[in-house]
Amino acid sequence: MSDKLPKKLPEKLPEKLPEKLLELDDLAVHFHVGSALSGGVKTLKAVDGVSLDIKPGECLGLVGESGCGKSTLALSIMGLQPPTRGHIRLNGHELSARDRMETARTVQMVFQDPYASLNPRQTVRRTLADPLRLHGVTNKTEVEHRVMDMMDKVGLRRDRADRYPHEFSGGQRQRIGIARALILQPKLVICDEPVSALDVSIRAQIINLLLELKDEMGLAYILISHDLGVVEHVSDRVAVMYLGRIVEQGGWQEIFEDPRHPYTRALIAAIPDPFHRADAKVARAKAHGEIASALNPPPGCHFNPRCPMKADRCVSEVPALEAVADGHRAACHFRNTVA
Amino acid sequence: MRWGSNTWVGGSLVAIAIGVAVFAPWIALTDPVMDANLMNAELPPSWEFPFGTDAQGRDIYSRICYGARISLTVGVVSQICNSLIGVTLGLTAGYWGGWWDDFVSGLTNLMLAIPSLVFALAIMAILGPGLVSLVIALGLTSWSYSCRIARAQVLSLKSQGYVQAARILGYGDLRIMFTQVLPNILGPLIVIATLGMGGAILAEAALSFLGLGIRPPFPSWGSMLSEARDQIRAAPWLSVFPGLAIFFTVLGLNLLGDGLRDILDPQSQTRRA
Repeated sequence: MSDKLPKKLPEKLPEKLPEKLLELDDLAVHFHVGSALSGGVKTLKAVDGVSLDIKPGECLGLVGESGCGKSTLALSIMGLQPPTRGHIRLNGHELSARDRMETARTVQMVFQDPYASLNPRQTVRRTLADPLRLHGVTNKTEVEHRVMDMMDKVGLRRDRADRYPHEFSGGQRQRIGIARALILQPKLVICDEPVSALDVSIRAQIINLLLELKDEMGLAYILISHDLGVVEHVSDRVAVMYLGRIVEQGGWQEIFEDPRHPYTRALIAAIPDPFHRADAKVARAKAHGEIASALNPPPGCHFNPRCPMKADRCVSEVPALEAVADGHRAACHFRNTVA
Repeated sequence: MRWGSNTWVGGSLVAIAIGVAVFAPWIALTDPVMDANLMNAELPPSWEFPFGTDAQGRDIYSRICYGARISLTVGVVSQICNSLIGVTLGLTAGYWGGWWDDFVSGLTNLMLAIPSLVFALAIMAILGPGLVSLVIALGLTSWSYSCRIARAQVLSLKSQGYVQAARILGYGDLRIMFTQVLPNILGPLIVIATLGMGGAILAEAALSFLGLGIRPPFPSWGSMLSEARDQIRAAPWLSVFPGLAIFFTVLGLNLLGDGLRDILDPQSQTRRA
């Protein structure tokens, strides 16, 4: 790539890639809700002890129901939500020591709702050019060149640069959102449900665009989604979250073909399967009931009230996330016996 | 960029008012203060006195021309002060939250609880009568509406994706407030400001009536209106013409405000185009 951000930016794709681009170590984000006057303060454990790591160029799918802490985790990684406990290391640097501008050039985010995530008063050109100027690209022709280059990359016509967001369709807006996230040439992009607000007919286009850009710019993704179909299509590795904890993680093949946690199996069983290709074993593994409140999670394994294989041990003892195979870990007491 | 008919009508009315104020010495027929003649007292409108005369025999038309200077200055300048104070406080309170928000909200509630005219009275009593103290008194006392509106709008915009995206891109707080938030909340704030201008013109009338504003014999629309109160049956022209002047000016300001809001909103542009 010929156009580089000024020297402050760490060199793109150095000789030796750092082992881990992002490292989460026992990360927890707790909120205090309620007041002493109205029934006492409760602690909402949105994220409770998550450890993850992402290598450069890798795509991690983060899966879970609404309210399981996926988005809080994302905000925390972006530095918008200070963690209660644990560490976030980006390129080996601790979050607290990280410069906000440096973080902005390393991690960026694509939002779920393309209608709310673009400033209605700014043209595409301004949306893309302002961050560049803020990060020290002052040369007018260079700014212009980069904006146009980015519009080409995400498949927007150059002559649309002076239009406002409301003149674009949902899919095009999401392209603008992706362009904005990539304009500073980050290494890691967090995509928070990037296609769930889009028409089904547009989803594949956006997913393919994300995949193309990943190869072209050497990006790593964290793809947050509750759509397992999308995650299966894109991710190298998958982490499944339930009530603030990771219950299973591993390569996508292991997760989809040999799920060890009953919750993962329930999620896979919930993928619409109109042609009945899945075997009966997986189809039976349904979870009943609703996700429990994070304010008052069940004791032991959080999933136990909904689990078809619940035993006494599940109520008394929290299962640790332990290895099933190389790189495949599950937090279930029966991870090796379930089948 | 297309201008709607609101903008044209409102703009013309405001332009006329400003024109009258600026060119008062040339378009007035008589001196508004010195040309008193008790022989002409309370004459109805005629060719000689187009809007009639007041109890001292002064030409109402000329007094309205000169009164425009004071009324417009008070209305526009004090409202600009109010908007600046209100928007600054509301924007920062809504965006930063925390103790600053508590403090600003408390102050706003305090201002809303005490009638702003009473506050203005107190300030006028300290500063003494005169145009400058009028503008200060009215410019410091009714910012609570724009503050509240600004704060509420910021709170609803703060969690929007584009504000978060700006933070993620490394924008500073002030840059976010001025480039991401403020342009998107301008519409209601402009409407509040233009409505407030009419209010300020009327508040000036009240203060002048109490002897704390513009001292007679100098004319302002508000003071003319309050002086005419007693003769509303006997000599309605005393109150009708200053009232119409206030009415058309406030109407013009409001239409202009609406028009500006539309012009500033890129979405309404394409709707009309």
